[in-house]
Amino acid sequence: MGLISLVTFIPVFGAIIVLLIPKQNEKAIKIASAVITFIPFVIASYMWGQFNFTLSGVNNEATFQFVEHTKWIQAYNIEYFVGLDGLSFPMFWLTTFICFLAIVASWNINKAVKGYFALFLLLETGMLGVFVSLDFFLFYIFWEVMLLPMYFLIGIWGGPRREYAAIKFFLYTLLGSVLMLIVMLALYFNVKDPITGGHTFNMLYMMDQSNHSAWLKGVDVRLVLYIMLFIGFAIKIPVFPFHTWLPDAHVEAPTAISVILAGILLKMGTYGIFRISYPIFPDVAVKTSYMLAILGVINILYGAFVAMAQKDLKKLVAYSSVSHMGFVLLGMSTFTDAGMNGAMFQMVSHGMITAMLFLLVGVIYDRAHHREIEGFGGLAISMPIYAGVASVAFFAAMGLPGMTGFIAEAMVFIGSFSVYRTLTVIAALGIVITASYVLWTVQRVFLGKLNPKYATIPEINGRELFTLVPLGALVILFGIYPMPILNLMRTSMTHLTELIKMVP
Amino acid sequence: MDNLSSLSYFVPELFLSAAILVVIVLDLLLKKEQKIWTGIVSAAVLVISVFLIFQQYTMPASEIFRGMLVLDSMAAFIKLIAAVSSLIIILFSLPYFDDKSEYYVLILITTLGMFLMGAVNDILMIIIAMELVGLMSYVLTGFTKRNIKSNEASLKYILYAATSTGVMAFGFSYLYGLTGETNLIKIQQALMTNPPHQVAYFITLILILAGIGYKVAMVPFHFWLPDVYEGAPTTITAFFSIGPKAAGMAVLIRFFTTVVAHGSSQAAAFLQNLQVNTPQLLAVLAVLTMTFGNVVALRQTNIKRLMAYSSIAHAGYMLMAMVVFSPQGYKAVLFYLVVYMFMNFGAFWVIITISQKLGSEEIDAFRGLGYRSPYAAVAMAVFLFSLTGLPPLAGFIGKFYLFAAVVQGGWYVLAVLGVLNSVISLYYYAYIVKQMFLRTVEEQTPVPINLYEGVVLTMLLVPTLLFGVYWSPLLRITEISFNLLY
Repeated sequence: MGLISLVTFIPVFGAIIVLLIPKQNEKAIKIASAVITFIPFVIASYMWGQFNFTLSGVNNEATFQFVEHTKWIQAYNIEYFVGLDGLSFPMFWLTTFICFLAIVASWNINKAVKGYFALFLLLETGMLGVFVSLDFFLFYIFWEVMLLPMYFLIGIWGGPRREYAAIKFFLYTLLGSVLMLIVMLALYFNVKDPITGGHTFNMLYMMDQSNHSAWLKGVDVRLVLYIMLFIGFAIKIPVFPFHTWLPDAHVEAPTAISVILAGILLKMGTYGIFRISYPIFPDVAVKTSYMLAILGVINILYGAFVAMAQKDLKKLVAYSSVSHMGFVLLGMSTFTDAGMNGAMFQMVSHGMITAMLFLLVGVIYDRAHHREIEGFGGLAISMPIYAGVASVAFFAAMGLPGMTGFIAEAMVFIGSFSVYRTLTVIAALGIVITASYVLWTVQRVFLGKLNPKYATIPEINGRELFTLVPLGALVILFGIYPMPILNLMRTSMTHLTELIKMVP
Repeated sequence: MDNLSSLSYFVPELFLSAAILVVIVLDLLLKKEQKIWTGIVSAAVLVISVFLIFQQYTMPASEIFRGMLVLDSMAAFIKLIAAVSSLIIILFSLPYFDDKSEYYVLILITTLGMFLMGAVNDILMIIIAMELVGLMSYVLTGFTKRNIKSNEASLKYILYAATSTGVMAFGFSYLYGLTGETNLIKIQQALMTNPPHQVAYFITLILILAGIGYKVAMVPFHFWLPDVYEGAPTTITAFFSIGPKAAGMAVLIRFFTTVVAHGSSQAAAFLQNLQVNTPQLLAVLAVLTMTFGNVVALRQTNIKRLMAYSSIAHAGYMLMAMVVFSPQGYKAVLFYLVVYMFMNFGAFWVIITISQKLGSEEIDAFRGLGYRSPYAAVAMAVFLFSLTGLPPLAGFIGKFYLFAAVVQGGWYVLAVLGVLNSVISLYYYAYIVKQMFLRTVEEQTPVPINLYEGVVLTMLLVPTLLFGVYWSPLLRITEISFNLLY
């Protein structure tokens, strides 16, 4: 068993361990879950140390790292094929990191504790599996495995409208994934395994255009398949107009689950485009890139404007995610080095920043039991430490220089300005709107006259700081010196860009 | 093969027939409180017949009884499903029908009928076998004599069945008129050498499809099903959802592979000659069936009615895979039947045990079950999500093969409509799950399940989980189970 399998499956075995702990012993369940999620993080960090930055991956199995490749279902040529490259490793590592923090942030769960942590661990396996799979069937299984725990985690431990939010999330994402299933099958029957000559689910073989059948070379066919695949991913990202599940799910989900949703789940959509859509259909990707850029700009502006209009703090953060994912879309539609790396960097950066924001909302909600922005005021006086940490997160979301958000957005704009001049100028407006809603929120919540109701509100505690400080530190560290992350992804991104550019 | 030498190819059926007589005699000898033994003996009989059927897998495919029946691996496979599903139903029934020997006798006779349905090779035999299953089914539906709904269901069932059998028989008479043969293989040869009149042939197909379609609950021949499912004892409802349906699918496959299209490479040419666009017709019917089942299920409040409409939808998925008229499609159907058996029986077993204890068959009664009976509720959730077709559960693999066959056949629009139906079905399956887990509950008294119930539940749960992760063995069995005689 290789390192990837170890990291991916430790949580699910941990879930079984958690299920064996007696129900009454809630403390033991929580500690066990924290330990179980910490081990993958340690191993993933060790793997970062071992990671060879010069290998590109993407479409060449030899340049993937930590590869495991064995048969699973012989008759249908389904394989257990996992590996990491620069596209997947940042997300892989981030997943282990955020999951650990989210477990710590789940400490105050007190309803059906065992079920919560078991489902959470199952969810982690699903997410890690998506990032490591190189066999489309395996990818699809992991992609769907996430849905079930997510449905229950939102539906059982969520807020007042949790039932509606849970089923809406479930239906939307299932709709996306069944379309992906059709594309997967169409590819399976139309891509030939160059070694055996049979059908294959191997993504790397699918990326080699010479393996495609005559049918799959048809222009219209490729466009339709690309769009079906894109809808599957777009629902996850979520791209306007497929985003309506997001505010409901984010607002109703418990804090830790919102963190996972925004921090990792959303990135699976863009990761899927990088990993599957682009290399398999590069020609269509180039042809439709302008549409993608427009969708990105719509996301940026729409998300920002709607965020500004929110009264609920959590909803504001949720819509800010829509806006920030727009930068990923804009960056990835450019096919320039700066834009593509910027998009990937934004995925990591937003994963950390939005995780912080949701954790911060959770902290205040646990104390005040509401999230009305207007209901606070002057919190900086009664909770100075909290206000300090929160301002780091908010300023990072705003794109303040010296933090990761700035690097990502700057790179995206550098990339896109040379390709789509007008769109970039319009998108830049998004920065201004973001700044205005962030500053306005900070002002209404933390500054001004102290609301007497919260004069004695307890300060942020050690456990909460434990979840926030590492994220904040990394946001600043990678904001000043982004090379560790950029080094991880750069070779692969350059290779992917070249791959797409090679298309006539 | 003549009648006498055919007998050695007919061992499971002979054994079952003898066993039925034994059970009837046993009924006379036992006192009322001992009658549960008839059930236990019936279960043992089915276990033995499973072994006898396995013996048949090694036998060469052949026509028996002068071509009335065939013995090939698909016949053996259908018998296997019939025997196992009847066995599970007897296990379901033991706690509830402990003094009704005739109940077990009826189930065994139905099983015999299903054995024959899997092996039919002659249009007369189709009618006999289907009527044998049908007659027993009407009695079983009305088994709870004093229950008005049960009686109504039984009567409805008879009326519908009589009509559709009549229609089918009429179609068969046309078929005989067109070809002069009753043996399916000879009919096929006659059709190929001497193409029939197009309109006459089309009408024949429609009439026969109506008869078999009623058995597998194909829209628009499904009207009997919800009432029968609701009115029949729940164990029998579960039985109808698998056994007779699987046998019906087998008859449909036999009919399609002989009269409509040859299973081999000649298929395309054969279909072209006829100019009757059977695939398109069947595709429309399949989509109607699944969409109707799913959409109507959305609005059900009685869990048995919901399962009834869900079973219509599942029939639609299986019909969808038959549209491609390819061995892959038929194999996918066989595979799906096995998977469907475990997950649907599982769901029904939870319904049987729990609704008995709650005293209600309304979905709302399941509210908070996740906290009152965690194991049963979690198992139910697994079965329901498996029915939806979510990985890593067996139902996904089953659906995957159905869709794979459809996509391979190039029916992309059909495949898209099929997957969209899966999404619709999620809503009502998840509705039950929502009642069990998501609702806050006032009532917290536990609903315990006893050891027997737990063991049976686990027996159904394990395959549903296992085949979702590793299904090669099952795949191998279905692969060898489609060696048709011709």
